[in-house]
Amino acid sequence: MSLLDAQGLYAGYGGVDILRNTHLRLGADEIVVIVGPNGAGKSTAMKAVFGLVPIREGRVHYQGEDITNRPPERMVTRGIAYVPQEANVFPSLSVLENLELGAYALRGDHRPRLEKVFEIFPRLKERRNQQAGVMSGGERQMVAMGRALMVEPRLLMLDEPTAGLSPRLIDETFERIREVNQLGIGVLMVEQNARQALAIADRGYVLATGENRYEDTGPALLANPEVAEMFLGG
Amino acid sequence: MVEVIQLLINGILLGSILALGAVGATMIFGVLRFAHFAHGDFMAVGAYFALSVVTVFNLPVLAALPVAMAATAGLAVAIDQLVYRRIRRVQPVILLISSFATALVLRSLIQMIWGSSNQVYQTGIQLPWRIGPFTLKPDHLLIFLAATGLVITVHLFLTRTRLGKAMRAMSDNMNLALITGIPADRVIMATWAIGGALAAAAGVFLGMDTRLHPVMGWTLLLPIFAATILGGIGRPYGAIFGGLVIGCAMELSTLIIPGSYKPAVAFAIMVATLVFRPQGIIKGTV
Ligand SMILES: Nc1ncnc2c1ncn2[C@@H]1O[C@H](COP(=O)(O)OP(=O)(O)O)[C@@H](O)[C@H]1O
Ligand SMILES: [Mg+2]
Repeated sequence: MSLLDAQGLYAGYGGVDILRNTHLRLGADEIVVIVGPNGAGKSTAMKAVFGLVPIREGRVHYQGEDITNRPPERMVTRGIAYVPQEANVFPSLSVLENLELGAYALRGDHRPRLEKVFEIFPRLKERRNQQAGVMSGGERQMVAMGRALMVEPRLLMLDEPTAGLSPRLIDETFERIREVNQLGIGVLMVEQNARQALAIADRGYVLATGENRYEDTGPALLANPEVAEMFLGG
Repeated sequence: MVEVIQLLINGILLGSILALGAVGATMIFGVLRFAHFAHGDFMAVGAYFALSVVTVFNLPVLAALPVAMAATAGLAVAIDQLVYRRIRRVQPVILLISSFATALVLRSLIQMIWGSSNQVYQTGIQLPWRIGPFTLKPDHLLIFLAATGLVITVHLFLTRTRLGKAMRAMSDNMNLALITGIPADRVIMATWAIGGALAAAAGVFLGMDTRLHPVMGWTLLLPIFAATILGGIGRPYGAIFGGLVIGCAMELSTLIIPGSYKPAVAFAIMVATLVFRPQGIIKGTV
């Protein structure tokens, strides 16, 4: 059974469909990457799955359960965490407070979870009293991912986690994402650094104008000349 | 010099009353994104609630304070549920206009229930303390201490409790708060409760310092908004600072212009802030 299975999605803003018959599937433990040109509807697809953009038609199943159009609160308690593309930290709150709030929807002691996040991102432990808004882009991205990991998700959704980072930080971020995945967390991510992302991905989707164009394993998509020419910049 | 210091003492007193109003108004703005025009009338309602407790149970006004705060908190939550909640998803300007209407309704209700003439909590004159050349009424010290206590309580709430942190988070980034699974409805209710309770305290203190009349809160709305803007809209700590600055400026202005222009001073500071530093004069932390 798939961890996530979205079929025939039609969704958009103000009555205009951006997604048209989009489908996505993710097995437990997989890293799945969505690539495609700007405005293709990649972010919209993430938001639709997470219940932030209403799905007009189509269904989303998570571990076999229908979660179509459920409010985000429910997604979180079921083990789905989402890091949006922009504005993904609470800027005036400290790193520690950002992380604590990540677990807001969960009951119980969150210190063990906090320790786990600090193990993955030791830098956050050092800077836990720092205000998130004044940190560098790379550190903010760690805070954002750390906040999402605080719910101990089984599915982590990341929208362009490497946007605006230096090459060194991009490598490091992909490394972290792989580590997170090795903990048994499925990762669904949108990426502009498509080549690098597909290199660590189990499978990938190419989305254009809200429709699925290609889907294959990461290496196969990278090797596909049409995909390379049209979507990976030659 | 003596006069300046005396005015500063009065200014700090007025400032702590403004600060209590401004903290609530700024938190409501932070979480709900609209200027709450009925905030001054929450103050008045709170003051009159306390008056009823004082007269019916023959209690000192400080004993009536918690009752008035709780009752006004309840009223604020009720008004939100009945009026604002239904129109939250439409444009903020509609919320703003309906809060204006709420203000008018509250004021009329006060006139119907308690009458429109001036009233006081206790008759008789309090002997002021003379400290050197300065005078200080015992009530003033009480007001200052109680206001400080309330501000510290709000600070502890915002920084130490789950709900307080969630409130700051919502005010920081509404969308991310939603994504994180923070229950917006509960946070909004708490915001109204705290805003209402603090407004009531401000109203009671104002009534202790001067007298009660139905427009007592409305006339302070402008200085309160000035304080929130000066401190940076949505920032509770800025609002405290803004309240003290506006209070002192209003009192000190009487050195050079007639006292009836005090609100104009607040207005001038507000306009100057909006023109030169619309983000407020304190930056950074909430
Ligand atoms: N909040 C919004 N309201 C209206 N249209 C939007 C909104 N967000 C995105 N869009 C539109 O939806 C389309 C897809 O956007 P998006 O999903 O962000 O693309 P991508 O993430 O692939 O770059 C674009 O044409 C964009 O203009
Ligand atoms: Mg996008």
